Formats: sequence, structure tokens, C-alpha cells
Amino acid sequence: MATTALDQQHAHAAAHGEKTGLWSWITTVDHKRIGILYGATAFFFFLLGGVEALIIRTQLARADNNFIDPDTYNQLFTMHGTTMIFLAIMPLSSAFFNYLIPLMIGARDVAFPRLNAFSYWVFLLGGLLLNASFLFGAAPDTGWYGYANLTSRQFSPGPNVDFWNMGLQVLGVASLAAAVNFFVTIINLRAPGMTLMRMPVFAWMTLITQVLLLLAFPVIAVALILLMFDRFWGTHFFVPAGGGDPLLWQHFFWIFGHPEVYILILPAFGIVSEVLPVFSRKPLFGYAAMVFSGIFIAFLGFGVWSHHMFATGMGPIPDTFFSLATMLIAIPTGVKIFNWLGTMWFGSLQFKTPMYFAVGFIAMFIIGGLSGVMHAPPPADLQQNDTYFIVAHFHYVMFGGSIFALVAGAYYWWPKMFGRMLDEGLGKVHFWLMLIGFNLTFFPMHFVGLNGMPRRTYTYPKELNLEALNQVETVGSFILGLSFLVFLINIYKTTRKPKNAPADPWNGATLEWAIPSPPQEWNFDQVPTVHGRDPLWELKRQRGGPLPEPPHTSGAGIHLPNPSYWPLVSAFGVASIFVAIMMSPKWGPWGIVAAVALLFFGIYNWLFEKGYSEFRTPSHGGH
Amino acid sequence: MSDHAHALETSTGLDSRKLAIWTFIGSECMFFATLISNYLVNKGKSLVGPFAHEAWTDPTTGNVMEPIIEIPLVTVGTALLLFSSLFVVLALYGAQKGNRKMLLVWLGATLLCGIFFVGMQVYEFTHFAHKGLTLQRNMFGASFFVLTGFHGTHVTIGVIWLATMFVLAVRRKLPPERSLNLEMAALYWHFVDVVWIVIFPVVYLIR
Repeated sequence: MATTALDQQHAHAAAHGEKTGLWSWITTVDHKRIGILYGATAFFFFLLGGVEALIIRTQLARADNNFIDPDTYNQLFTMHGTTMIFLAIMPLSSAFFNYLIPLMIGARDVAFPRLNAFSYWVFLLGGLLLNASFLFGAAPDTGWYGYANLTSRQFSPGPNVDFWNMGLQVLGVASLAAAVNFFVTIINLRAPGMTLMRMPVFAWMTLITQVLLLLAFPVIAVALILLMFDRFWGTHFFVPAGGGDPLLWQHFFWIFGHPEVYILILPAFGIVSEVLPVFSRKPLFGYAAMVFSGIFIAFLGFGVWSHHMFATGMGPIPDTFFSLATMLIAIPTGVKIFNWLGTMWFGSLQFKTPMYFAVGFIAMFIIGGLSGVMHAPPPADLQQNDTYFIVAHFHYVMFGGSIFALVAGAYYWWPKMFGRMLDEGLGKVHFWLMLIGFNLTFFPMHFVGLNGMPRRTYTYPKELNLEALNQVETVGSFILGLSFLVFLINIYKTTRKPKNAPADPWNGATLEWAIPSPPQEWNFDQVPTVHGRDPLWELKRQRGGPLPEPPHTSGAGIHLPNPSYWPLVSAFGVASIFVAIMMSPKWGPWGIVAAVALLFFGIYNWLFEKGYSEFRTPSHGGH
Repeated sequence: MSDHAHALETSTGLDSRKLAIWTFIGSECMFFATLISNYLVNKGKSLVGPFAHEAWTDPTTGNVMEPIIEIPLVTVGTALLLFSSLFVVLALYGAQKGNRKMLLVWLGATLLCGIFFVGMQVYEFTHFAHKGLTLQRNMFGASFFVLTGFHGTHVTIGVIWLATMFVLAVRRKLPPERSLNLEMAALYWHFVDVVWIVIFPVVYLIR
């Protein structure tokens, strides 16, 4: 048996080499390709969400405007929020998890390569299902938080809420499958010598993010299921007339929703913690404090959900508790900010494009963090709740935080992913346009918010004197849009350049810079042994200079997982279950039965697929 | 270096599949915690009967009706589910030792217990429906059917999983070196069992 297994490995190894074509992407189980698929899809959705935002800003450019009607406005702000959270920032982070985690921890792939492909396909189908609502003119229109009882059949009779509910449930399956996979990968597939406390901080933040996903997503899954029962099968969980309680939705939603905020920001913390040391030419300041503050933030993240609900009148004791817990989060966050500053302090700073975005991240995130603490006390929150002040706050943490860091990561790892360096000049134009556009858009929102402009309202009367600042915001938002046009031009220009990026263009510290750019399919010819936190810097110090360019090898004898299309079939099974539930008033229960059968068909073929005699753990040994 | 040596070379020494099942179970804990919270929050909020533990007056006939929950049958189901956890441990022991007879007998016993439990639940649900308790009727019906229904779905998936293992064992495709395949199913089965240990008192015993 051992010989046949080895023969199969060699047979497959002989077939190594660049495989291209659509089918190779559809059946890929390579974490790097899946990372690129995640990144491309998420960037497309990001642009879509951006266009939605620009339409919103056009409507708000003038008082009493009627560029779009209120219904369309509701659909646009709901889809903008839902898209940016679930279809842009989360999967952009996933793109980096996928591409980098195995490289950073010295593994050949993730623990379950086919499950990884499954996660991507389910994510793609969920995103398409959510956006298919536009084709029917029935996009979700109740806000990304979908408060009961706005979402009940009585008040939302159309399919809008169903698209939102089913889309999010599909996306939840994708997130949970990926979370199991990456949790196990980081715990179990680290290279010899890479103890937990030697892992790059990005790997740490990824690990913490997976724990948050694992514990928070089941809560929203149940909430969405209960809403589904209310809307399709006549229960009254969130309907007061039947004895239910709409407030319960808010509790469930925010028990998920607040950890979700950290799911969006912790990967960004990780990226910045990789970029800053490399361009400061100094190890990260306070590594252990960085790790533990990340864990502490995640822990507190489960104890602050009701600060989203001060306006519901919970009473003085819950208000006090959640207010104090919220303020407590400023401590570990402050620890991180001081550590980033400490990393730069007395470093020999090299202002390349990734560094611009990383430093921009620190500045913008501080503003967002401070305005966050400003509405931790309930009396202040009651003034700011549902105004543009809140919109300003969360855009400073989500855009000024997450997006700045993700763009920093894109510029930083682009040469590793594609073998080509993005243009530095255009990168800096991108940065300055983005910084100026971002601040012009969102800084005035603090003031219009405090002056009383409510969120989620399609227009405002001229007498409120809010028009001038709104016009500034609209101009800013188009500059922000322009900055991403520059990014697209940069990407286009880069694809026409020769593929000649060195393996280690930035003098990096982590393992991914030791292998060719882009890496070969099997990542490492020989799995490295790690002796410290910045393994590459240590190696270079020992050699007294840069490492030689790693050679391209044949990869003979290295066992790689076979491509498979069963993850895609199973993903169709998952998505079709939720489509069938949505259509059950028309199709009856048989649609659901057929969809479940399709899922089982996919899973059984997956489990008993030839060439996968057993569920495998990617081997560490190599030859 | 042989292929088997590779498989053991994980950072923790644990097989990744086993770690994955534990991770998944951790996530499932939050799923059932939310469902059980939902049941407890909605306890006593029913506007009309049938109630779980109190007598109720039928508004159409004016008759006073008994509380709907009947403990004896569910107790038998609970006992069998608990025993099935022991049986699956014995089956796994048989699989690990290469004792095929032991594996088949105890895995078969586990399956019978699981099938009885699902059957018990189907009977209970239809019985309740006849007595007027439906999803739509009141908050107890809604939260009861959703909570126990999702648990029942998990038991059903566990039965399908264990049945697949049974078929593999019959076809001699579950040798000791692959007993981990059964161990994963068994871990999931224990979890489904433990969840019922919480649901049974919360729904049936505590008034």
C-alpha cells in the first residue's frame, strides 16, 4: 500500500508545473490560488459597494434632492453596509489568510485544501445570491443589522429581507468552514521550531479572528434561522402580537455583531504589525503585549454588545456594565498603538508605499478609536446614536482602519503573489488621494452628526444648514473613488511589466520571503526549521548579507493534494438549500429535499474521492 | 521517511481531522447555547395553550386540558441516547483492536438507539400536533419545535454518519489504522448526546 501511495505521489509530482485555464481554477485546492480568487472576488464586491456609496453621496450632495427615491436609498445603504462587511472586508482578509498563513508558518497548504475551496465557492454563491436581489428590484432595505420587526412579513412583505437572510446564511457557512480550517492549520501545521510565541503577529491575529468567527457566527446563524421561521413558517419569535420580543433580535444580532467588528479589524492589526517592523528595520516592539492585547480585545468583544442598544432603555445597571466594558477596550487597543509607535521609534524608516498606508492606518485608526470611546458613556451615546457621528466613527475604524491596512498589505505582498512590483509613484498618488478623499468624506460627518443629521434618511431640508458640509463629503467621496481608479491603473500597468520581482524585495523577516515570487505550488522545497521570531532576519544576520535568490525546482516527490470539483458541487448544494427555502412558498418542500440531496451527493463524492484514500494531513517532510 | 510518519508530524501531535472535529464542536456549542437561550427567554410567554407544564383552557371548547409534555417516553429515548454513547465507545474500541464482530455489534446497537430516538421524536411531534401544539400556535410551540427539531436534525445527521461507518465496516473498509474515521463520528455523537443532557432537563423536567 505504501508503494502505491508513493507511486501516485510521483505520478502527480511529474505533472507539476504551471496549470492554467478555467478548469484548473474551478478545481483548484491550492491555498494561493484560492487566496487570489478570494482577493479578486472581494475587490470586485468592494468596488460594487463603493459605487453604491457614491450614489448615496450623490443623492446627499444637495438638500431636498431627488436623485434617487427613498426606497432605492434604503436598498443602497443596506447593500453598501452588507457588501462592505461580508463581501469586501471579511473576504479581503480571507485572501490574506489563504495566501499567507501557510507560507508564514512554513506549511505546504492548509489543513483541509478541499474544504478551503468549498469555503470560497460558498462565499461566492452567497455573494451572488445577495446581489441577485438587484435583478428583481428587491435588494435588502432594512439596514445591515436587519432590526425586528422591520424585517417581519407584515412590514417587509417582499423578497428583499429573504435575499438578505438567505445570502447571509450561505456566507455564514463559508466563514465557519474557513474558520475551522484556519484554526486547525495554525494550531497544527506550523514548521518545526515555530512555537506559538514565535509566530508572526499576522498569524496570531488570524488565529484570534478564527476563534471569534467560530463563536460569533453560530449566534447570527440561529438569529437568521429564527427570522426565517417567522417569515416562512408563521412563528412569532420577533413579533410582539404573538408574544415574541423584537428586542431579542438586537441582543442576538449584536452578540454576533460586536465580535464581528473585531473580525474585521484584527486581521488589519496583523497586517500592520508585519509591515511596520520591515520598513522600520526593527523587530516589532512588545511582541507578547501585541499578542495578549489581541486576545484581550477578542475576549472583551463578547462582553460589550449592548453598547449598540443604549437607546433601547435597558436600565442603569446594564448601561453601566456595558459602558465600562466598552471603555476597557481602549486599554488593549492603546497598547497596540503604542507598540506600533514604539516599533517605529528610532527605526530607520523607509517610506515605501506599504509603509505610507500602514502609518496612515495608525493615524486614522486613532481618530476612529477616540470617537468610539466618545459614545461609550450612555448619555453621550443617546445624543450621537443614529446620527452621522456614528457613521463617521465606524468609517474611521472600518475604512481608516481595515481598508488602509488591507491596501498596505496588498502593496506589501503584491510582488510575492504575482511576481511583479506595483508602481511606487502611482502607489503614493493612491495613498494621498485616499487619505485626502477619506478625511474630506468622513471628518465633516462628525459635525453634521453632532448637529443632528440622522443616518439612513434619504435627504435633509435646506433649513438645517447641512448642505455645505455634505457637499464637501460628496467631493471627498469621489476623490476616494478616484484613488481606487489610480490603484486599478497601477494594477493594469503592473501586469504589463516583466515578472521579475525578487523573492525578498523589502528585506522581510518572515518565511514567505525565503521562497520565489510567486511561490511554486508546493511552497517550500524543504520545510524550514525556525529558531526565532524573525527567522529570515536571523538567517541574514548569520550570513552577514542578503540571501541568494532561491532556485526554481521541479518539486519531484512532493505530495500535493489533487484538484477536485466536489467542493464546488457541495457549495452548490449549500446555496441551493437556501434558494429552495426562499422559493418554498412556490416550489413546496420538494425543492428543499432536492437541494439537500444535492448537498449529500457532493459531500459523499468528496469523502470517497479517488486519490484521497483518506482525509489527509499535508505532509511536512518533503522528499 | 515513510508516509505514515508524515501524518503524525503535526505541531500538537494530534491528527488535524480530530482537532477539526473538536473545533467544530466548540462552534456548535454556541449554536445550541443560542437556541437554548431562545427557549428560556420565551418560556412563559405563550399567549394561548397548550403549555408545557401547566393545564390550559381550550378557548374554543372551554375544556380544561392537561399539560402537553409526557415525560416517560422521552425518558426512554434519553436513556437509549445515553447508552448509545457507551455503545459507540465499545464499537470504537473494537475498531481500534481490529475486532470486527465487536465493532459491528456495538455500532449496530448505537445505530438502533439513534434511530429509536429519532422515531420517538417524530412520534412526539405528530402527537403534539394532534393535540394542537404547532410552530405557529404559541411561543412554547415555536421555541420547543425549533430547539428539539434542530437537535433531532443533528441526531439524524449522526445516524447517517454512523450508518456510513457501519457500511464501511461491513465492507471491511474500517481497519484499525483508519479507526479515526469512526472516532470522529463518535465524538460528534457524544456531543449530540451531551446537548440532549442539557435540553432534557431544561425542556422536560424544569417547570
